[in-house]
Amino acid sequence: MKNKYKIIILGITIVIIFILFLRVLNSNKTYQPNQMIGKKIPEFILEDLFNKNTKLDSNILSGKDFAILNIWASWCIPCRIEHPFLMDLKDKNQINIIGLNYKDESGNAKNFLKKYRNPYSLIGIDKKGEVAIQLGAYGVPETYVLKRGKIIFKHIGPLNEDAVNKILELKK
Amino acid sequence: MKKFIFIIIFLILSSNGFSANEELKNKIYKNIRCIVCQGQSIYESNSDFAIDLKKLISKKLDNGENEKQIYEFLISRYGEWIVFNPGLNFNSLALWLLPLIIFMIGGFLIFRLNNRKKK
Repeated sequence: MKNKYKIIILGITIVIIFILFLRVLNSNKTYQPNQMIGKKIPEFILEDLFNKNTKLDSNILSGKDFAILNIWASWCIPCRIEHPFLMDLKDKNQINIIGLNYKDESGNAKNFLKKYRNPYSLIGIDKKGEVAIQLGAYGVPETYVLKRGKIIFKHIGPLNEDAVNKILELKK
Repeated sequence: MKKFIFIIIFLILSSNGFSANEELKNKIYKNIRCIVCQGQSIYESNSDFAIDLKKLISKKLDNGENEKQIYEFLISRYGEWIVFNPGLNFNSLALWLLPLIIFMIGGFLIFRLNNRKKK
């Protein structure tokens, strides 16, 4: 009888240890893209790409009902892939898109927009990539959806149809 | 001569301060994971991301922020995964407690076996 209890206790212990290890194994060991979701956009002030006297202030974003902040660069190939999606979001859906030009040469950035068209209402120059780190980004392109200054959705990598649908759903 | 001694003392003291600061920087760099690299810390990596983080950490230290504040900032942006040495929380509880529990069970079993042998 005593041995029976011992075997049951040993069995339960093994199952608990197994569940604990399984939990750790299945936990997200890669970058957690949701870290900034639900948080207010960090404070920053950046110079605009086209007008030195205009500033991209994070407070401007806080005042907007719905906006998209897109991190991009002219040297980034995936940014070219997502560009038509950004143009669609601006033209067809009248979404306010703000750009964060990441570690780029201003001349190259302007040429890029001349060639592919400009979907952004304002573009802040993040020459050192410091604001991108404040936002929890680690590369380009990355897109943040903001509702009254709060980050409600984040997409890593070039925008695709699924991400665009999600953004449109969030706008409703 | 006095001036010369003063300069030497000043240089020694300032170099000590400089190396202490460098040591702290390197300690932090070694504990921050380069999330775009494979299994490397930002200390070992020369990727753009690692370089940017190193610059930011250096700037924060120069601005008077301490090690804990820097970790807190990075965890708030990139999650617990960015540090190699995570603190005690619900997810890492098993990691911290399991060795202790196994050690205690082992100790208890040895103690009981020992007692039985004596009897």
